[in-house]
Amino acid sequence: VTTALATGSSAAVRPARRRPGRALRRRRAFTALLFLSPWLLGVGLFFLYPLVSTIYFSFTHYDLLSNPRWVGISNYKFAFQDDPNLWPAVRNTLWLVVVMVPLRVLLGLGVAGIAVSLKSGASVFRALVYLPYLVPPVAATIAFVFLFNPGTGPVNHVLSWVGISGPGWFTSSTWAKPALVLLSLWAVGDLMVILMAALLDVPRELHEAAAIDGAGGVARFRYVTLPVIAPVLLFAAITGIIETLQYFTQATVAARVASGVTDLPGTQIPPGYPNGSTLTYPQLLVDQGFTQFNMGYAAALSVLLFVVSLVFTGALLRGTRSLTGDA
Amino acid sequence: MTKTLRLALVATLTTAFGLVACTAGGGGSDNGPAASAKQTITVWHGFTGDNEVNAFNAAVARFHAKFPNITVKAVKGQDDDKITKAISGGDPPDVAVSFTTDNVGKFCATGAWQDLNPLMKQDGIKTSEFNQAAMDYTEFEGKRCALPLLQDVYGLYYNKQLLSAAGYSAPPKTISELTAMAKKLTQFNSDGSIKVAGFDPDWLFYEVAPSHFAPSWGAKWQVNGKSSLGSDPAWTQMVAWQKSLVDWYGYSKLQKFLHSVGQEFDPDNPFEKGKVAMAIDGEWRTASIRDEAPSLDYGTAPFPVADSLSSHYGAGYVTGTIIGIPRGSGHKAAAWEFVKFMTTDTQTLVDLANKIRNVPTTTASLAAATDLKNDPHFKTFLDIAANQYTSTTPASPNGGAYQVTFGQFLDKYESGSAASSSALTAKLESVDKQITDDLKLSK
Repeated sequence: VTTALATGSSAAVRPARRRPGRALRRRRAFTALLFLSPWLLGVGLFFLYPLVSTIYFSFTHYDLLSNPRWVGISNYKFAFQDDPNLWPAVRNTLWLVVVMVPLRVLLGLGVAGIAVSLKSGASVFRALVYLPYLVPPVAATIAFVFLFNPGTGPVNHVLSWVGISGPGWFTSSTWAKPALVLLSLWAVGDLMVILMAALLDVPRELHEAAAIDGAGGVARFRYVTLPVIAPVLLFAAITGIIETLQYFTQATVAARVASGVTDLPGTQIPPGYPNGSTLTYPQLLVDQGFTQFNMGYAAALSVLLFVVSLVFTGALLRGTRSLTGDA
Repeated sequence: MTKTLRLALVATLTTAFGLVACTAGGGGSDNGPAASAKQTITVWHGFTGDNEVNAFNAAVARFHAKFPNITVKAVKGQDDDKITKAISGGDPPDVAVSFTTDNVGKFCATGAWQDLNPLMKQDGIKTSEFNQAAMDYTEFEGKRCALPLLQDVYGLYYNKQLLSAAGYSAPPKTISELTAMAKKLTQFNSDGSIKVAGFDPDWLFYEVAPSHFAPSWGAKWQVNGKSSLGSDPAWTQMVAWQKSLVDWYGYSKLQKFLHSVGQEFDPDNPFEKGKVAMAIDGEWRTASIRDEAPSLDYGTAPFPVADSLSSHYGAGYVTGTIIGIPRGSGHKAAAWEFVKFMTTDTQTLVDLANKIRNVPTTTASLAAATDLKNDPHFKTFLDIAANQYTSTTPASPNGGAYQVTFGQFLDKYESGSAASSSALTAKLESVDKQITDDLKLSK
């Protein structure tokens, strides 16, 4: 009886599973595809298609007007052997990555720290720091070029009150990139917001415990605050690097406005005024693709930029594991 | 990865590759109704100002009066980027008007704009009917994929009052005279900054450009199809002269001056404000001065020429507005009638030139432009256009890239130390090499 009952019970609890028929599997697959289709469509149209196209075009001669013609690795060879603007553009872009990104993160962190520690007027302070970020980049750049105009701008005028002869800023090969950095620091509100949220997430009791154990301000920041906000800092650094590798609008507008040359149809303006000092990699890419009709070469430059972005991101992720304590 | 997901990704990738395979080029049939059939053609042009658009529309109305069966839909504000995309997408306008003659090489080489030679031959239109320089910038390697619609001509503007105060009664005719006068006409402030520039030679100063100076030295951009900046000594002389004048002012002073004066196309333009005594500019400046600085006492003249090239005095640089039939036009015959009318009908050209204040392009319309001739300021530019030594920049398959490459070198050179003549020539030869290398991408 026991055996019979046990057998009966077993059969009742775990009935023999039947493998679904082919038709049913197809129906399920179709249903799954149907649910996945919005995502698939988006990824296919806006990610895979452009990516595959770009890789394909990078191996072709494509002038936008004729059918692309396969040229193998010629575009990549030209980039590394013949393009005199490639390395200056790479140098300028890396300069901005190395200087602009850390300064923005540090300033964003500093400003966020002030914002969370203010006893009164915090909302006004936050608004004042955040507002510049909302100004359209083109308008902000034009305003900065005006403010830093060495001839008529108020910045050099004010500097002259204290006996300082201001530099040429956007008109000087030496100062154009630092001036762009100042522009980016002025609009640091985006980083302030996310870093402020991260700072507010740091458990107060950890700080209190550390303080009781005798940890000073620096030690508390190093061993309490930093590990907690590290993922956000990492996010800020990675997005900052990727954005700076694609730095285009401000550099282009500043160069055009500062040079004073009117961009009429047919006017041939060397990019990166003054003297190529603000020529960034994306500007070179756009100039090759849309001004010189070398879209195949521009695609090769895009692929290289994509690879470099991946390498930067991978290296940063690996390098910060020790900071966050992740394995 | 599940079988479903694999299937989905394969489908997406296949679609993506399929789309890539379908991309680019865009063919398009050249067939269409006969010119005598009732039809509507689309014309894209870049004019945007009310005055310009009205002038163009008046010309269109004149065409429609002559060809009542052809209705023209004129679309304003279209630039080369839009035209290129429309051709590439297979849905171009029937007729395109462009301001960028530098793109003619690309349009011709790729067949993006159709070769008009067979149509001109069929209708007996000779190139000798047009201004020669205008014929040069509308053709590339034997293909004439555009015809000139209007011309822009460059010359010297001078402030008569400032010249008179300095003891001059006539504009300079040679580069030596220009140099001497520029120095004498320049006034400095007490802090050493420039108050009035006799002639600002800075490459960034508005219309100061090697292409605009080239005819004054008889400098050739290409010899046997190869960039000749180093091999033609005229370029070395021109660059050396420009650098010596920049150094006389001081590069930093010129930069400060540039950034303290008004913009080129503002009423604060430094020539119009008397802050520059002499300037190189296009014929359109006469209209700006009429509207913005009517009391300015000024004159116009051909740009001075190199001392050894006095026979070339009277020549200048010319470029202009071009018109053509994009590949894939669905009304080729009617489009050709429109292009032919707009580029050869004397009264239409004169009317258009009068209203837009550009220079007409055919020999007949240059002779018939009596209104423009009666304006002594403008007449100078009509004469320059007709001069046998007047020239333009050559078409290239990569657009104006060679000018940009040269411009990059010139911008650096004027801000650095001057080189000896032989060293400068060597530097120009390296620019030639770069221009040749750049062309690798276009082949």
